[in-house]
Amino acid sequence: MPYDPIMVQPMREELTRIGVQELRSASDVDAFMQDKSGTAMVVVNSVCGCAAGQARPGVRLALQSEVKPDRVATVFAGQDLDATAKARSYFAQFPPSSPSIALFKDGAVVHFVPRHLIEGRDALSLANHLSEAFQKFCAPAVK
Amino acid sequence: MGTFHQGKHALHGITVVVDTKGSRVFIGRCDDWDDNGVILLDADEHQDGADGHSKQDYIAQAAQFGVWKKHDRVMVPGTDVASVTRLGDVVAG
Repeated sequence: MPYDPIMVQPMREELTRIGVQELRSASDVDAFMQDKSGTAMVVVNSVCGCAAGQARPGVRLALQSEVKPDRVATVFAGQDLDATAKARSYFAQFPPSSPSIALFKDGAVVHFVPRHLIEGRDALSLANHLSEAFQKFCAPAVK
Repeated sequence: MGTFHQGKHALHGITVVVDTKGSRVFIGRCDDWDDNGVILLDADEHQDGADGHSKQDYIAQAAQFGVWKKHDRVMVPGTDVASVTRLGDVVAG
């Protein structure tokens, strides 16, 4: 049974207030994923504080990096079911978990952070992990 | 901000590897762990040697991206448990 939307709203806003685009429907997800140019990140948000409580601040910290994805969006597992299922269809090679994070380059998944690499770690640790991935995949090519 | 889970084992909510004294190994999200055993949610299990993979192969592969669940909930009896380890602490294969 989904949690009370009023309780979940602050968890959504932890990401949306820093400019992360919230995808509430499958068509929202398809529209976001249609643009395959450059880099994009999709955060599968969730309620459980065991992992998501550190995932959201970790993402916020990582997005303060100079090098970061061109576009960032989020779906909320257990709340926006169609949007979450659709988002997962774009990284269906990975077992579903939430929270989790997928990084795309030119429409293909280049990095995936499953739940078990988030839970039990602090926000800074996740931020460092993501920043390394951003450096690897989102930095402009050096000529 | 998150949810709270009072009265559960410290590993509640954490994805763990439960190795048994026999040939089976389980990976799932720990719900609770007490004298009766370990309760896992969204769990997978592997039999040593199945599909040509040892327990160690299976665990190392799971450490990269997680597991596809076979069970919504499974209880591994305490008498069968050999070890319980965080999957996130396992070096990926």
